[in-house]
Amino acid sequence: MSVTDPTASTLSTQSAFGVNDQSEEERARTWYERIPAAYWVLAVILLIMPAMASNFTLDQIFGRTFIIGMIALSLMFLAGYGGMVSIVQMTIAAVAGYMVAIFGTSAITAISLGWPWWISVPLALVIAVLFGTAVGALAVRTEGIYTIMITLAIASAFFYFARQNYTLFNGFSGFNGVLPPKLFGVDWRGARALYYLTLFWATLSFLAVLYVSRSPFGLALQGVRDNPRRMAALGYNVNAHRVAAYAFAALIAGVAGVLNVWQYAQISPGTAGTGPVIDILVIAVIGGMNRPIGPFIGAFIYVVLKTFAIDILISMGLSGDRFQLLIGISFLLIVFFSPDGILGLWERVRESRKRDPLTDRGGGAP
Amino acid sequence: MNVAAAPNQTSVADRLSVTGTGNALELRGVSKMFGALAALSDVTMSVRPGERRAVLGSNGAGKTTLFNCITGDFLPTTGTVRFFGEDISVFPAHERIRRGLRRTYQISLLFTGLSVLDNIYLACCGVSRGRFSFLRPRRNDALMATSEDLVNVVHLRDVKDTRVSELSYGQQRQLEIAMALSGAPRFILFDEPAAGLSPTERSELIEILTGLPGHMGYIIIEHDMDVALRVSESVTMMHNGRIFKEGKPAEIEEDPEVQALYLGGGE
Repeated sequence: MSVTDPTASTLSTQSAFGVNDQSEEERARTWYERIPAAYWVLAVILLIMPAMASNFTLDQIFGRTFIIGMIALSLMFLAGYGGMVSIVQMTIAAVAGYMVAIFGTSAITAISLGWPWWISVPLALVIAVLFGTAVGALAVRTEGIYTIMITLAIASAFFYFARQNYTLFNGFSGFNGVLPPKLFGVDWRGARALYYLTLFWATLSFLAVLYVSRSPFGLALQGVRDNPRRMAALGYNVNAHRVAAYAFAALIAGVAGVLNVWQYAQISPGTAGTGPVIDILVIAVIGGMNRPIGPFIGAFIYVVLKTFAIDILISMGLSGDRFQLLIGISFLLIVFFSPDGILGLWERVRESRKRDPLTDRGGGAP
Repeated sequence: MNVAAAPNQTSVADRLSVTGTGNALELRGVSKMFGALAALSDVTMSVRPGERRAVLGSNGAGKTTLFNCITGDFLPTTGTVRFFGEDISVFPAHERIRRGLRRTYQISLLFTGLSVLDNIYLACCGVSRGRFSFLRPRRNDALMATSEDLVNVVHLRDVKDTRVSELSYGQQRQLEIAMALSGAPRFILFDEPAAGLSPTERSELIEILTGLPGHMGYIIIEHDMDVALRVSESVTMMHNGRIFKEGKPAEIEEDPEVQALYLGGGE
């Protein structure tokens, strides 16, 4: 600030040989050591996964996990750091998917403009972010359950609009034949290529959320979540911060939406139906909304359950189309035993191991 | 009231004070209704730049409501508030804070999940352009350096990386003050900063308040007369949402009406 303060100058000379330098040095030396060993192991396993897993696993289990996990991550960012539960994240992803189909190439040549990917994809992301920001601008006027209601209303409205509009969204059937570009001569729909493509973007968005959470913007967002009144009394425009959070979350959901349409090569209103839209919330809750890794854990559980529930049910002599029941029961069980998801369960186990009076203090620490 | 209506005012300072633009804080006819209850009625008050004033009064006298109307936590029902000449009556809270107004809260409103340093860093960011930065603070980040300085100012250096929820009550109060001092404030509102402090912590608080740079005026709400009268140069007494008496600390202390109403005569 421009006002010269007589104390400010004397104080800043103090810090030259004070706490400042010491802790900065420490921070710089140990940045990679602060990453838990489990994450290194996980990274190596994920990188060599294509050597072990079948194409089905790579595409249908991990590819899905990364894409759905990213959409759930965008919800986790809003809900975990911003305290805003938005149901509209799957819809934002669908908007990005539709835009890729409309601006790019698809089998519906009457509508698709056939523009090259380097125009259609950025344009799709821009529109998805604009859409997410507009939803945010509406939703930040509400709190708690009303945020859920208004975002659910927008999500439903989009679903019905896309289903009934034939000039732009091609109504009930949507678009098929939406293929990813053959960049570097690779078929990005191949199991291995898609695996690495989705892994890359999932990791990037995971790291981005982790990084932003400790940036001034992320800290301020958490401040807004905990105490909006105090944040206003510190000079923050609380609503502007919330809307910006929606925009950032929409970017992540938008990228996931593009990957999603490429994986299936098609998009239809069902992509953003009420079921899939709410599934994202279920996934984020199952995984845990306190940390960015939670949504991916939730997505993995969801995808595995959804893929194998039919086989389990049939092996038990039941009808296979009841797989939603199995998912619902698992969701109930997880929420019942741990309201903050799998992550919360894991943290509680670690805590209780630490607290054991018979072992030494390092019991639960890695 | 305008300049033309007061032709006998000669000096610029006099005319400025008539318009209310020469003061750090100028309240005119400020009222706040909660339904039928008048928490504040027709409060008019001027505070010069750099002035230190105590606001006294029993519980429910409207002291905290006065603060809330000044900082914009809620808007007054009627009346105008000027801050260094600028009419801020309809500004949202964050706009007022960015103009150099600060406040502390009676019940600490801190971010208990964050460290001491992060709390102060947030306070420093709030009044800077870095609010929306998606980049983490770098090694030589100016705001982080300022935050480290403020940690030293309020004697919290030893606990700067501690979570606020683990601090003692007195330390939390000190952190409140550090947050109010961030980003070159011009005027600060202290809402009962000494409440619940030990005698040692009280004397530390008095030391901090009296040691503030001369251009930083403040209003302090305080029940402890020892603290209030030692850190202020003028006193405003409030009762039932109205200003009841204004004067120097010594005058107020000896006023029989004040003694009957507030000091209980036996102090």
